[in-house]
Amino acid sequence: MSTVDANQASGAPVPHSHAVDHGHGGEHAKHPFLAHHFETPAQQFDSSKLGMWLFLATEVLFFGGLFVAYAVLRNRFPEVFSYASHYLSTTMGGINTCVLIVSSLTMASAVYFAQRSRKRAMLVCLWLTMAGAAAFMVIKYFEYTHKIHEHLVWGSTFYVPPDHEIAVIEGSHEIAAPAAVAQGGASSHATAATSHAASTSTDSVGEVLAPAAMLAAGGSPSFVGAPLTELSAVKPASRGPLGVALSGSTDAAPHGSETIAEGHPSAHLEDATMPANVHLFFAVYYAMTGLHGVHVLVGMVVIGMLIYRGMRGDFNSNFYTPVDLVGLYWHIVDLIWIFLFPLFYLIH
Amino acid sequence: MTTLEAHKPETLDIHASSDNYLTHSKGFISWACTLDHKRIGVMYLVGVLGAFFVGGIFAILVRTELLAPGPTIVGPFAKWMGMDPADVYNQWFTLHGAIMVFLVIIPSIPAALGNFILPVMLGAKDVAFPKLNLFSFYLWVIGALMAVLSLLMGGFDTGWTFYTPYSTTSPAGGVIPIVAGAFILGFSSIFTGMNFIVTIHKLRPPGMTWFKMPLFLWAIYSTAIIQVLATPVLAITLLLLIIERTVNIGIFNPSMGGDPVLYQHFFWFYSHPAVYIMIVPAMGIVSELISVHSHRHIFGYRFIAFSSVAIAMFSFIVWGHHMFTSGQSALMNTIFSAISFSVGIPSAVKVFNWTITLYKGNISLNTPMLYGLAFLFLFTIGGLTGLHLATLSVDVHLHDTYFVVAHFHYVMMGSALIAMIGGLHHWWPKITGRMYNENWGRFAWVLVFVGFNVTFFTQFMLGSQGMPRRYYDYLPEFQTYHVISTVGSYIMSVGFFITAGYLLASLVNGKRAPANPWGGRSLEWQCPSPPPHDNFKTPPRVGDCYDFSIVRWSDEENGYVVDRSLDPSLRENPTPAKGH
Amino acid sequence: MSHEPHSPPPIEAAAGGHAHAAVHPAGDQPLVGHLVPMTTLVVTACALLVLTCITVAVRYMDIGEFNIYIALGIAVIKASLVALFFMHLRWDRPFNMIVFFGCVLFVVLMMGFCLMDTSQYRHEQINGNPPLVAETLLQNAPNAPVGRFDQ
Ligand SMILES: [Cu+2]
Repeated sequence: MSTVDANQASGAPVPHSHAVDHGHGGEHAKHPFLAHHFETPAQQFDSSKLGMWLFLATEVLFFGGLFVAYAVLRNRFPEVFSYASHYLSTTMGGINTCVLIVSSLTMASAVYFAQRSRKRAMLVCLWLTMAGAAAFMVIKYFEYTHKIHEHLVWGSTFYVPPDHEIAVIEGSHEIAAPAAVAQGGASSHATAATSHAASTSTDSVGEVLAPAAMLAAGGSPSFVGAPLTELSAVKPASRGPLGVALSGSTDAAPHGSETIAEGHPSAHLEDATMPANVHLFFAVYYAMTGLHGVHVLVGMVVIGMLIYRGMRGDFNSNFYTPVDLVGLYWHIVDLIWIFLFPLFYLIH
Repeated sequence: MTTLEAHKPETLDIHASSDNYLTHSKGFISWACTLDHKRIGVMYLVGVLGAFFVGGIFAILVRTELLAPGPTIVGPFAKWMGMDPADVYNQWFTLHGAIMVFLVIIPSIPAALGNFILPVMLGAKDVAFPKLNLFSFYLWVIGALMAVLSLLMGGFDTGWTFYTPYSTTSPAGGVIPIVAGAFILGFSSIFTGMNFIVTIHKLRPPGMTWFKMPLFLWAIYSTAIIQVLATPVLAITLLLLIIERTVNIGIFNPSMGGDPVLYQHFFWFYSHPAVYIMIVPAMGIVSELISVHSHRHIFGYRFIAFSSVAIAMFSFIVWGHHMFTSGQSALMNTIFSAISFSVGIPSAVKVFNWTITLYKGNISLNTPMLYGLAFLFLFTIGGLTGLHLATLSVDVHLHDTYFVVAHFHYVMMGSALIAMIGGLHHWWPKITGRMYNENWGRFAWVLVFVGFNVTFFTQFMLGSQGMPRRYYDYLPEFQTYHVISTVGSYIMSVGFFITAGYLLASLVNGKRAPANPWGGRSLEWQCPSPPPHDNFKTPPRVGDCYDFSIVRWSDEENGYVVDRSLDPSLRENPTPAKGH
Repeated sequence: MSHEPHSPPPIEAAAGGHAHAAVHPAGDQPLVGHLVPMTTLVVTACALLVLTCITVAVRYMDIGEFNIYIALGIAVIKASLVALFFMHLRWDRPFNMIVFFGCVLFVVLMMGFCLMDTSQYRHEQINGNPPLVAETLLQNAPNAPVGRFDQ
């Protein structure tokens, strides 16, 4: 979206043969970047800026929806947020914050140099900004892959032990249907949970997994029509009275003899003190940081376009609107991260 | 065009059918890649009217099904599509609602008429960001295609509100495409709004101060504020809904600890203001229709202008009145109920001002004016029944009944769409350069007005007696009302077909339109019909756009002209010369 | 060609003597926009980095529920720094400032209403096994498989 906006507002010369007819050909001849429907460069610049600020307002409200979801869920489950925050790496989050702040500085400097027609310095700053964005995404990639590997994710997968641990258990306990379990792809989670529970008792981990197994094994009706995986993996307490009734009615769930605690259980599933609904923290976490990451990627694209146009020599002290607008966009990306960082990484 | 003399050459241009925006360049590409706000407006208009036709078909299907209790016409469809009759009916009313809301009413006035009229009325050459304007039109097209795609993928039966958890679990195959389509349409709406705000702020010509702007522009400005501030919330809501449905993220899913009521908060944080995206520009049109066609200065200009802005602001803090029975807390119910009542104040300010404008006016009962008067009547009914629904205890009884259906049809169709059609007639000569047949226009208006009231007033009765909405079956005692209502909808659709007929016929054999057929004073009437590519060859002279005392009929032009020589003599006499 | 609606007097007073662009159409001053000295930008960035360190440090202090307020307060200060200096809002047209703070206000408004609502209904209607339902079920149907809700 912002790509379009930046291009649009840039006032890239609209070919217009009628410019002279308007009786103010003078201004337009002097400034080839001035679109036909504007009278002066200042008017065009102000319009572009206002347009960009309005766009940033929509961005704020767009993220605002997620912030409201965050607030409502945190208000309802404060213990979940203070518990789950500890699974996030403050170091990585902190480094990312610093990376974004520095890239914001380089972006502001790019505008500084563009305003002074210093093309080389501006390009260097843009490249630095690009490098900052890339570094941010690389760090984010490592954070994400690590968490996904540990099944610190949203939804039912959160309650499925990570694949490598399942493999360990299988190796030591020779459980049936290893193939389905070992693959552990998104579609086979239901199977994984089921066959898992078949091998576990209702100890600490079993407490987490039991309802999953019970629902899956009992073949209970999916009362909201959700896929079985969804219902099955969630603690009864989060499912309302009906959920409790369903889980309670499936006492006939098969009991295994061993607990996976003897294997290499994942930290969060082993933790008996884990509150219910921790998966919701990760749902909001991935939604908000994911959307933010998408904005960083879009930022990289538009900065790349600026570099291209900058090398072509489009910008000078009279016309640098696109640099300014992309700068605004990049700062709002930084600004949103400034809130995301304490809200996710720094919960006491 | 300071004098009548200066006015002549331009109008002579029209008679010579010289360069205008329609003839400026030719060929499909020149339309598809146009950056001219007028052509974009016309393309929107064609698209919106096409979508109105499709949405209307589903409305007729729904009404026909309700002619008798039990399956009436859903049976064959259900067999053909291999579905339960109730599911077929669910898809019909959902399609009707979603198409009419997202594809028709929301873009109809701002994007279609607004795009065409706003820059001309303002005296600008174009909107601030022409490319963005074209881009938002294509977003609209993509959104419309997504709606078609969702039909091909099995339709959707969630109701236009997409309430969770049903929308996340509904077996219908087309939910994701239509939700994605609504998401895209939302961005189309956002970009249009941004464009209009910047245009009004930055592109006003010399002399066009805020309080010289026609009230239609104030209304469009207020609408644009809502579009920019509310629509992003819809976007994030729909995005979360798609994520919920695809990867089960659980934020709205009660079985995973999520909160379906939160979805409703999100949805109505947009969708109540969206009601004002529909009605506020309609009010702007009505301000123009009433003052121009009664040739009388609008009464209480600033009150009408500020009440538009006030409505825009109030609209953000009343959304909870849609959730009185959704498990919203008693505290919030009370607060939202109280604030909802207060929206009645700015709305009533407008209605009173329009009524006083009519008083002792020199009223010409042209088709646009008839639609304007219909708006006054229907909006009053729609608005007052809104107060019934804002009352907590009454709403518990009326919620999800036909009373609600009747109420929002009076507001959305009887007000917003009727005003849109009025505006379409009002500016038809400007857009096409042709006059439509006035007698057919009045006749069709009678059918639409009568048909509308027959259709929807009965639904107030149905609802207050407890007929719930969204059912294809009902108790036999409701049948009489349902039959009357269905007959009304047939009358109304005949009216619309006649309207389409004479409007299309006018393109072929309509009289050439003068620059100013109604006697308006705002700037679009100072520009030839149809306007030239750049709207104004010389910067237009801005005056009081509601001072009709210096507007007189000219046989020569076969239309009205602004004659500033009348100024000193007629200053004291508010009644303008009229020449029919 | 005077455009009174869209060229209000330059806001130099607020800019504290910085050159305002529209007034200098020639020379090495830009035609449009506002020049911010590099030192301002660098100082802003340093302040942001320092505040980041502070907010991380506060995380490890146990001050009860004040933690979130302090963290949010620091975040608001940081955001204001970014908006005012990096985004030139301090020298920009007032309406841009209104747009920006207006939309933040709307987010706060929406959040406020939603929080007021959730904190009212959370125990009774949404959150798992409400104690009342569980007790009622236990009384009326002693054998019903009812779990207890402990938060
Ligand atoms: Cu509402």
